[in-house]
Amino acid sequence: PVATQQLNPCELKGSASCNTARQENSGARVVVSRSYADFTPQATFDIKKCEVHRLEEGPAGKAELTREQGLQYYRTMQTIRRMELRADQLYKQKIIRGFCHLYDGQEACAVGIESAINPSDHLITAYRSHGYTYTRGVSVKEILAELTGRKGGVAKGKGGSMHMYAPHFYGGNGIVGAQIPLGAGIALACQYQGNNQVCVTLYGDGAANQGQLFESFNMAALWKLPCIFICENNRYGMGTSVERASASTDYYMRGDFIPGIRVDGMDVLCVREATKFAADHCRAGKGPIVMELQTYRYHGHSMSDPGVSYRTREEIQEVRSKSDPISLLKERMLSSNMASAEEFKVIDVEIRKEVEEAAQFATSDPEPPLEELCNHIFYNEAPIEVRGTNPWSKLKSVS
Amino acid sequence: MAALRCFLRSGKGAVSVLLRRELHATAPASAQVMVRDALNQAMDEELERDERVFLLGEEVAQYDGAYKVSRGLWKKYGDKRIIDTPITEVMCDSVLAPPPQAGLRPICEFMTFNFSMQAIDQVINSAAKTYYMSAGLQPVPIVFRGPNGASAGVAAQHSQCFAAWYGHCPGLKVISPWSAEDCKGLLKSAIRDDNPVVFLENELMYGVPFEMSEEAQSKDFTIPIGKAKIERPGSHITLVSHSRFVGHCLDAAAVLAKEGIECEVINLRTIRPLDVECIEGSVMKTNHLVTVEGGWPQFGVGAEICARIMEGPAFNYLDAPAVRVTGVDIPMPYAKILEDNSIPQIKDIIFSVKKTLNV
Repeated sequence: PVATQQLNPCELKGSASCNTARQENSGARVVVSRSYADFTPQATFDIKKCEVHRLEEGPAGKAELTREQGLQYYRTMQTIRRMELRADQLYKQKIIRGFCHLYDGQEACAVGIESAINPSDHLITAYRSHGYTYTRGVSVKEILAELTGRKGGVAKGKGGSMHMYAPHFYGGNGIVGAQIPLGAGIALACQYQGNNQVCVTLYGDGAANQGQLFESFNMAALWKLPCIFICENNRYGMGTSVERASASTDYYMRGDFIPGIRVDGMDVLCVREATKFAADHCRAGKGPIVMELQTYRYHGHSMSDPGVSYRTREEIQEVRSKSDPISLLKERMLSSNMASAEEFKVIDVEIRKEVEEAAQFATSDPEPPLEELCNHIFYNEAPIEVRGTNPWSKLKSVS
Repeated sequence: MAALRCFLRSGKGAVSVLLRRELHATAPASAQVMVRDALNQAMDEELERDERVFLLGEEVAQYDGAYKVSRGLWKKYGDKRIIDTPITEVMCDSVLAPPPQAGLRPICEFMTFNFSMQAIDQVINSAAKTYYMSAGLQPVPIVFRGPNGASAGVAAQHSQCFAAWYGHCPGLKVISPWSAEDCKGLLKSAIRDDNPVVFLENELMYGVPFEMSEEAQSKDFTIPIGKAKIERPGSHITLVSHSRFVGHCLDAAAVLAKEGIECEVINLRTIRPLDVECIEGSVMKTNHLVTVEGGWPQFGVGAEICARIMEGPAFNYLDAPAVRVTGVDIPMPYAKILEDNSIPQIKDIIFSVKKTLNV
């Protein structure tokens, strides 16, 4: 029998203190000997109702969560968090160079989306891509090694932070907005092949004003492409707040003739339910749909931006303490007795170990060999000669 | 050798500039000015001089510029003259093309020229060609500026050099400065020019200090567009370059001088119109030519220079084929060892000089 508990997730300020009280009352020290049968296997949570545009109704206001799912979402989000923070350290040590746009704060988006789609679906995003690279199946080791530019990186060290790829994951794209028409194109391919797959096409509030987004909206709607356009609105396009950049900040409505949903991007369950809803919409042949995930990044735009010249430290701290996606999930699970604090600690320790081992690899793996400098210009071609820096330098390129 | 190279590079051109200055008459009361500050001064002075001039781009106002080139300008001139835009390159361009026709003189900043590809149609078809298509009715006094070419570790989509792409098009003037003096004098000329000018800066040069003479620091200091500068006279071989690689050429020349090879180093300053006369004059003196650029070899700046030399009087003075030193013909890789080997290094210049001179 499944026991369900109704919880109001809006009282987050209260639940943390409630949680502590509960633990003290139930004698937390004894937890070690509790068996897993003591935990609630599944619970239903209230989630924030999504505002909708051109839709009769949006996703349901409730989400079911099993213990296994909860622990898995926690683990994935925490891994992304720790991986990004480790990347921050490596960047400050100058072991990572160039551009590095970190995702901490936005984990619920990547994890919520992935939990609602299939591995055979497709996903493309912009340069804040390490989280998605992970959820789409690349290991922390290969991601960090790519950031440090080693041969064990997912792109053999040739791509760097913004250019990591995996099956059904098309990067990692450096030019703002350019990934959007690509995503519509992938959706076109899905339609062409009749494979019932969808393409999740991500962009930010900054890119939301790019002309190519609207061209993509038009084509996707006209041809009813199975494309889920998702705007990760973290309130700032580099140093420019949404109010200073957009005539309309209702990003879920910017698709005009395309239906849209506005989603609480800090709640992994809200993101999951909305993405499921969106995917069903596309798979039913109804055409594209727009989702706006309201989220937040703790770091600045990139590692060269301290992130406090255009927003206050108080604002960042407030989001961290009241809306952190990982804490939200953890508190939900603890207060509905779906897991214990010790379990989470064990997971944290495992993740720290995994990330540390990955960082070790990323710093000790050798750089790619010079012989591979010119490879991968063309696909499926006989080897070609490539001009080096001077006419006597003739290099070899293999497909 | 490596230590010398390091010293020269870390001296950030200042030492080489000082050495040069001692060869010619030294101007009094010179100061060390960083490239970004020279650009800032140029814009500040032109904004003050002419009300019709304004700056528009991403993060140029409140953020003080993505690379801090426009630092302080918004505080001084306000919202009307220094405008933050959304991330919409095409619109920036198309918003800016008519105002020149309405009498204004915009400066459009691209965060890097890689993003200008989003708007390149407007730069070419709306800016470059309009005066011609209108048979003289509609001039377009506009400046497009921003960093161009490779930086450090920014990978394939952010490292391309656009000198050849823009240099290809009639109707545009294309400038690629190297030193602080170049930047200040040429940006002022660009802003005062009544035609569309593409001003290709370099991110790695922004923080490099150069000595600027008192004359160069004055408010009326301009450098004519379309005139190259001989940074270092020499008699054995001509090295022609633009932007950051002028510094590499000077470093290579210093090393080669120890072996008795005197290189004449020409800083192109302007890509279009190309100062062919300066190059020809030099080649007719030295009989050898090596061009150096960061961009890809095919259809590049070096290719154009070689073609022009062949078509002109200097060809008969060449004792060896002209040679191009360029970036490797691949997208820019990320890993440091690969990136370092994808752009011309000083040793590549030295090698090419020696092969050309057959020594």
